[in-house]
Amino acid sequence: MAKAPFPIVIVGHVDHGKSTLIGRLLHDTGNLPEGRVAELKAAAAQRGLEMEWSFLLDALQVERDQGITVDTTRIWFKTAKRPYVIIDAPGHREFLRNMVTGAAGANAAVLVTDAERGSGEQTRRHAYLLSLLGVRQVVIAVNKMDLVGHRQSALESVAAEVGGYLRKLGVEPLHVVPLSARHGDNIVDRSQLMPWYQGPTLLEALDTLPTPPSALDLPLRLPVQDVYRKGDNRLAVGRIESGRLRVGDKLVIAPTGQPVTVAAIDTGRGEAEDYATAGHSVAVLFEEDAALARGQVVSAPASPPRAAEAVRVRAFWLDTQPLTSGTRLFLRLATAEHPVLVDRVEKVLDLQTLTDAEAKEVGQGGIAELVLRAASPIPFDIHTEIAATGRAGLARESRIVGGCVLLGAADDVAKPAPKAVTAVSSSVTRAEFEARTGHRGGVVWLTGLSGAGKSTIAMAAQRALFDAGWKVAVLDGDNLRTGLTSDLGFSEADRVENVRRVAEVANLLAQTGTLVLVSLISPTHAMRDQARAIVGEGFHEVWVKADLETCAARDPKGLYAKAKSGTLPGFTGISAPYEPPATPDLVLETGADPVDTTAGRLVEAVRAAFAPAVQNT
Amino acid sequence: MTGTLDHLDQLEAQSIYILREAKFRLKRLGLLWSLGKDSNVLIWLCRKAFLGEIPFPVAHLDTGLEFPEAYAFRDRYAAEWKLNLIKDPCPPLERTDPSLPPGARIAARKSLGLAEALETYKFDGLITGIRRDEQATRAKERVFSPRGLDGSWQAANQPPEFWDQYTVERAPGTHMRIHPLLAWTEVDVWRYIQRENIPLVPLYFAKDGMRFRSLGEIGITVPVASNASTVDEIITELETTRTPERAGRTMDHEAEDAFERLRAGGYL
Repeated sequence: MAKAPFPIVIVGHVDHGKSTLIGRLLHDTGNLPEGRVAELKAAAAQRGLEMEWSFLLDALQVERDQGITVDTTRIWFKTAKRPYVIIDAPGHREFLRNMVTGAAGANAAVLVTDAERGSGEQTRRHAYLLSLLGVRQVVIAVNKMDLVGHRQSALESVAAEVGGYLRKLGVEPLHVVPLSARHGDNIVDRSQLMPWYQGPTLLEALDTLPTPPSALDLPLRLPVQDVYRKGDNRLAVGRIESGRLRVGDKLVIAPTGQPVTVAAIDTGRGEAEDYATAGHSVAVLFEEDAALARGQVVSAPASPPRAAEAVRVRAFWLDTQPLTSGTRLFLRLATAEHPVLVDRVEKVLDLQTLTDAEAKEVGQGGIAELVLRAASPIPFDIHTEIAATGRAGLARESRIVGGCVLLGAADDVAKPAPKAVTAVSSSVTRAEFEARTGHRGGVVWLTGLSGAGKSTIAMAAQRALFDAGWKVAVLDGDNLRTGLTSDLGFSEADRVENVRRVAEVANLLAQTGTLVLVSLISPTHAMRDQARAIVGEGFHEVWVKADLETCAARDPKGLYAKAKSGTLPGFTGISAPYEPPATPDLVLETGADPVDTTAGRLVEAVRAAFAPAVQNT
Repeated sequence: MTGTLDHLDQLEAQSIYILREAKFRLKRLGLLWSLGKDSNVLIWLCRKAFLGEIPFPVAHLDTGLEFPEAYAFRDRYAAEWKLNLIKDPCPPLERTDPSLPPGARIAARKSLGLAEALETYKFDGLITGIRRDEQATRAKERVFSPRGLDGSWQAANQPPEFWDQYTVERAPGTHMRIHPLLAWTEVDVWRYIQRENIPLVPLYFAKDGMRFRSLGEIGITVPVASNASTVDEIITELETTRTPERAGRTMDHEAEDAFERLRAGGYL
């Protein structure tokens, strides 16, 4: 059976010889295709240069013209022991994103260091990033030994400097190999020029590296990637990041807390299966009719992920625009995308001394500890416990601009403290207001799918009522999101808060004798019950009813298209449920009737319920 | 089933994960089917990822220059796999860049055909079967790879990609390329074909001491000397060969940067 290739990343400061080392390794192990060296010599001659081994990997014109590696590349080679994928990572700071891209997938790293010059800034940055990226097996290759006369003392001083640095990061260098990539010393063949060196050649060192432990025996984490329909069934699809999954398992979904039982598992083998493990992409059917959505995490009830609204992370930042407290980002943790606010930049790492410094912002290539705050609890793990659900990408919109590992909940994050409040009575009573407006104040709550016609009807009814002398306000969910609720997202918790705020404002207006038309999706019974509780008397629930297909076809704001493409998570009707009112005061069917008719019916209902407020006696 | 996934299981699961990400994140997906072994594997994986049926069109960029065996294969399996097949003809040679070497010009017809397909079908994501081990510029690719307005590849300015987090931001009018097989090698593809019993165009198997190792158009693809006439024999052959896979592809070898120029211009 084929063995999986062992991925190794080659990192280090620019010009310390990473690409040359790889070229040499491939050549000396007989892994180069026939004719490749001749081809490279010819290409070099065209430029009037000597052949460089690095030309093997620096495939882009820009790379060969400038003699630098711009982007990471991968190349396969075999030793007698096993197959490898070698990942070449660029050493320039401006190409750090490419280094991260390459290194994140490695089991081990070769940190290339110049024997003459010692470590460079990128040696340290790369070493730190390796530890953040979870690459804990490091071999130090001390290159260009030919430039220091193959002296043992040169090796020892670099080994002490770089090794000491790695140890401070909690990384124990497994081997320190003195070599010359250009001349092939101690790569594959043992060098005759360094008889004092008794350790392994680079190739021997690579062959000793153990495969990292699998995530099989960790607690189950199945992040829901998508929800598919097959016949009448809805299946959660996703990849098992850790642990095992069996038919009959009793599990729980985070963050909803819903218990589920595994009814069937499909890994694509074409037959019914009863078992899948970490690494499998699966489609899972649950016995229960669960509310499923991308970003949820399925786990065992005894070992669920943690949950916190504020998390402490160690982050690396790749964007040109600096990171500061107050920056809004998406925390892309497995399949979830949590809108978060950078609550504060706790400290920024000084790479030279490995000490933390107070700083207000994190520049490109910087490493910092941050507190991130979301509006609702984030299911997560600590990165040292379960790697895959203990790390996350950081994105501006849909652009990845950094990454982080999660260190834990930040319990001490200051929440706005509830102020001691004493209610002050209004100097004008509701009855007085209503006497002046000539009708009762109240709240008419229009609920329904996006695109059902809530706003259109509300605006038409407002005009008609105003023209008839009413004091009438419209609170429109979309409009409010530009101001009153602009800090909220579309998570369950944010939507609850959204509804709460709108209900509070509607109530304040109703107290002044205003007739308030609220146009808000407010998808769940619970949300509308909360609104009813806040408003109290004078709350009327109106269901603006149109089926999903009609709304999606109208799609006046292009939201259905976005939701279907996945750029709009938690969209009602597509990726979040809508619960129709059980006993609405009024139902307006917009699929069947034109706006004039439905708005007219609403106006009639308002008149019947709220006017006249005061009988003149 | 034992606990640990073997190498092919891992590759399969990872590719399925990528395909499902593409489906979630992009609205108008299409899959490019060259009729070659890699894109057959891709279709096979899509059928698994999407529980039987592929929920987007499969496009064959037809130069009219495929081998007859390839056309027969296309028509048979498009029906058998219930593919929503697009097979519009590519624009003629006269419309390609005359400064390209002759083989590359034939290949460039596909770039033009692709540009037309993008225009006609408004794809925002194209799934293709390229692999990192095929060719040195492909080795630098991302799994989710943004393309410019003219379909071009900004090789020196690619987004970061780690921990299976993909950048899907794209400017209006541009598209993403999605590469689910990027981590596979040639022999992985053959081992998977062997394990899953995936059908192929018969030209891959040796006849009279010759076979096609990489399948392209008539005139710019040449067979290699080989006696491997079964999948098992091909795997054995690949485990020992030092000849690169695309040695039989004319356009790769006409000039040092011929392939990079093709790719920068929108070629796969």
